[in-house]
Amino acid sequence: MELLLFLVLAFAAIVAALLVVTHRHPVYSALFLVVTMLCIAFLFLLLRAEFLWVMQIAVYAGAVMVLFLFVIMLLDLRREERPWRFPEHRLQVGAGVILAAALAAQLLVAAVAVRAPAGAGPFPPAVVAARGNTQLLGRLLYTEYAFPFEVTSVILLVAIVGAMVIAKRRSD
Amino acid sequence: MLAFLAVALVKIVVVFGCLLLTVAYMTWAERKVVGDLQVRLGPNRVGPFGLLQPIADGIKLLCKEEIVPSHADRAIYLLAPAISLAPAFIAFAVIPFGDTTTLFGLLREPVAMVITDINVGVLYIFGIASLGVYGIVLAGWSSNNKYALLGGLRASAQMISYELSMGLSIVGVVMLAGSLSLVDIVNAQARWPFVVPQILGFGIFFCCALAETNRAPFDLPEAETELVAGFHVEYSSMKFAMFFMAEYANMITAAALATTLFLGGWRGPFLPPLAWFLLKMLALLYVFIWIRATLPRFRYDQLMAFGWKRLLPLALANLVIAAAVAPWWR
Repeated sequence: MELLLFLVLAFAAIVAALLVVTHRHPVYSALFLVVTMLCIAFLFLLLRAEFLWVMQIAVYAGAVMVLFLFVIMLLDLRREERPWRFPEHRLQVGAGVILAAALAAQLLVAAVAVRAPAGAGPFPPAVVAARGNTQLLGRLLYTEYAFPFEVTSVILLVAIVGAMVIAKRRSD
Repeated sequence: MLAFLAVALVKIVVVFGCLLLTVAYMTWAERKVVGDLQVRLGPNRVGPFGLLQPIADGIKLLCKEEIVPSHADRAIYLLAPAISLAPAFIAFAVIPFGDTTTLFGLLREPVAMVITDINVGVLYIFGIASLGVYGIVLAGWSSNNKYALLGGLRASAQMISYELSMGLSIVGVVMLAGSLSLVDIVNAQARWPFVVPQILGFGIFFCCALAETNRAPFDLPEAETELVAGFHVEYSSMKFAMFFMAEYANMITAAALATTLFLGGWRGPFLPPLAWFLLKMLALLYVFIWIRATLPRFRYDQLMAFGWKRLLPLALANLVIAAAVAPWWR
């Protein structure tokens, strides 16, 4: 059952991801990206990571992609202006192929060479089930990883202030 | 496995059916109550007290001609009402209506009166609600109509702005209950409902719920006088009805969520749990309608100022109150 669900979700995620890059219409591309995000969210759920599942939906499939859609709609990008042609875009194609090959090689190495350490880690399924996934995650975030967590929030704050400054300057 | 699936399916069908019926009769109740408040009769021709009016409306809408604007983006135009309706119904899956029931001794084992109790229930509802924006944005865009696009953008800007304060107002409840599961939150209110220490949070939540469901006085996205009808101006027949169903379903979900989070859910003396749940939910829905009949619409800048400059700081203050109360409460 779980394998079946995984296969269906993984397949849907890959097909939707391919459609994101191949579809001519930016709005459709954005919508297929939403589908990909949702599929990944449910893959998290299959791994019993409920918190990540909900956050993936709320943050990526929800908030981030709505902003993407906003921008696309307000710029009124109806259709791709210039259709894709090979000789004209050969540099881009070359760079894309090389990058894709590098990424594929990395993934292969990761899948073949890297083995998960033997034995149970500090959080085996029994501990997680007893104390709750979200509770454990929250505890770790605010104790062991408190510093990176706070740094992230400061970076976000700086980005917000920066965005406000740029927006204000333009309107004056 | 099979028994589990069967029970889940039966629960889904029952809850879905009840929800659809409530949506249909909310339209009747809204017209009746607003009629009363304006010293009119409201619908009174179809059946006794106009009780068959929603059914007549449904048949009428099903039989109406379906029009797709010639320059609309056809696929998205047809999909948008469904995208808007589905999250409204899915969110109901985690709301508990009662403790457990054996259906008056008909069942051998007691069955929990909630479709599913997941350990991130509160966040789940927020995740699903954030997907509801898509239906409105896409409807506004795909209609290829300026008014529809403006309405869609307004609606989504409003929903995104108020989602923040809404989320913050709930954090207080989560701190007091120490859990994200709605069943646990109801159980934590066995002695006192959370509206007692979180009265401010409840107020903020209610304001945000009005704004999230695009109801008066926050119904700018549908302001007839300036936008014709907003994002659904080009829709007709059942597609139009689906947007209305989504709005009412969202209202019901918001009322049920407020009941569960702040008013103690199904808990209460003397009456059976389901009766308490329905009573509290319907009272909140009455307030929704009452406010619509009473308050004039906000201006757009007032709406944004109220959301960001009033509700958000208040929600943060409420969080401090919750943090101060939490150690004594538990």
